[in-house]
Amino acid sequence: MTSLWHYAFVHNALLAGAIVAVVAGLVGPFVVMRNMSFAVHGVAEVGFTGAAGALLIGVAPTTGMLAFTVLAAVAIGLLGVRVRERDVAIGATLAFALGLGVLFLSLYTRYANEAFNLLFGTILGISRQNVEFSAVVGLVTLLALAAVYRPLRFSSVDPDVAAARGVPVRLLSAVFLVILAFAVAEAVQVVGVLLLLTLLISPAAAAELITPHPGRATALSVLIALGCTLGGIVLALYKPWPPSFFISTLSFFVYLLARLLGPRLGARRRSVPDGAVGARPFV
Amino acid sequence: MGTDGVVARPVAQLVRAGLQLGRRRVWEELELQIRAGEFLAVIGPNGAGKTSLLRVLLGLSRLTSGTVEVLGRPPRRGDAAIGYVPQQRAFEPDLPLRGRDLVGLGVDGHRWGLALWGAERARRVDAALEAVGAQAYAEAPVGRLSGGEQQRLRIAQAIGGEPRLLLCDEPLSSLDVQHQATIVRLVADLNRRRDMPVVFVTHDINPLLGHVDRVLCIARGRCLVGPPQEVLTSEALSQLYQAPVEVLHVRGQIVVLGADMGGHHAAAAGGEAG
Repeated sequence: MTSLWHYAFVHNALLAGAIVAVVAGLVGPFVVMRNMSFAVHGVAEVGFTGAAGALLIGVAPTTGMLAFTVLAAVAIGLLGVRVRERDVAIGATLAFALGLGVLFLSLYTRYANEAFNLLFGTILGISRQNVEFSAVVGLVTLLALAAVYRPLRFSSVDPDVAAARGVPVRLLSAVFLVILAFAVAEAVQVVGVLLLLTLLISPAAAAELITPHPGRATALSVLIALGCTLGGIVLALYKPWPPSFFISTLSFFVYLLARLLGPRLGARRRSVPDGAVGARPFV
Repeated sequence: MGTDGVVARPVAQLVRAGLQLGRRRVWEELELQIRAGEFLAVIGPNGAGKTSLLRVLLGLSRLTSGTVEVLGRPPRRGDAAIGYVPQQRAFEPDLPLRGRDLVGLGVDGHRWGLALWGAERARRVDAALEAVGAQAYAEAPVGRLSGGEQQRLRIAQAIGGEPRLLLCDEPLSSLDVQHQATIVRLVADLNRRRDMPVVFVTHDINPLLGHVDRVLCIARGRCLVGPPQEVLTSEALSQLYQAPVEVLHVRGQIVVLGADMGGHHAAAAGGEAG
């Protein structure tokens, strides 16, 4: 079994997994902060249609995926500003897009496998070329995120004051959707369209249950995403079950653990009891 | 302008200012000088354009007529010399944001790029926390603090940017009376000690009485400005509202009958809030 470690496909899988985990771990906290789980899902399913369409016309599915996730992100950005409006717009768009995806796949009859791979991930079948794609897309995503990090954070947690301070809140929300589209297109290769949230939500959600410190929460989110992805791939080498299953199970259990332990950590967070402010005479 | 060296230059000035949002005329012919070091309260019914006035000063909305000047120049978006204190709002309890992080956003949250650890940044955050007496819960997650504690941090956040003018948009709404008094004392203290001009939008003037220099009342597209004892009278308000308004003094509190004074805001529901 240890001999598996010498195969190129294993190296490719671990490398792509690591890149995707770092990107997802860094983007995840913003998805959680901005309540965008549903947008992730919507963007991914439109991406699925893009990939299916690309297969049909003989283009690399990753390219079709990326083109469509970016398109979906722009559409979502244009369609809805408020959360409710946005979610309704996403729901309507993704249902239509998935319908198209089904059509494309039924027209493309050569490999039924492809559909399964898009939906549930193909990490062990990833090529050197795909790893390079991941590296480039990942780098672009991280650079874009770094460029807007501070004002994006400001407008995510505190939009009113950010706007008052001149932060272009709407522009940033559009920029973030595009960043998200890149992250989604990447992560689909590892866990597939249907299991995306396992990398884009669970690690960040677990991290914020453990620490209120923003820097540490982000670092922890990356570490959890890395641990679950690499751990899942390694487990799949020893037990021939889908790596997506292992990754999503690991990340779910980390989240559960954080939920159980989080409140205990949280109890020590408050140094002042409620009401102490009013009771203490001031200046 | 009419500044002649004897009178200090006004902090902000609106001349024959009119604002129209879409097809709605918010106010017209607004004449207002915000004087150096003054504490100005802004009252009036919901939708009278109190927040819109702040948005004009912040450079987020443009006048449809007249002129406005803030700190000697036309308002511009993102002016670091203006501090802004918003209405209290709920944060998710698990949001990874501590008291000091909220204040830090006011120091450099608007700048591009990554947040870097710097001694200067930390010093400014600490100084702002100390100025409002919020050190005790600086490390606690914002979502688990009380409304009063959050609003104290909001003031620290605003002064973290080292402003020369402070705009407060209903910072007292949804606070209990005790916390309202604390926040008002805090703002009044900043106003006096630092000579910081304050524009304070509120739907209840009572917590501010004894602290404010002047009151601006906006209603029905028109406005009235002057010391509280001149504006808060039955005659003056009846004329402004063009309806019989009765101002009563009850146990040191002012009660206005017959005029909508706003309040009961649905927090964050307003499309133009901010």
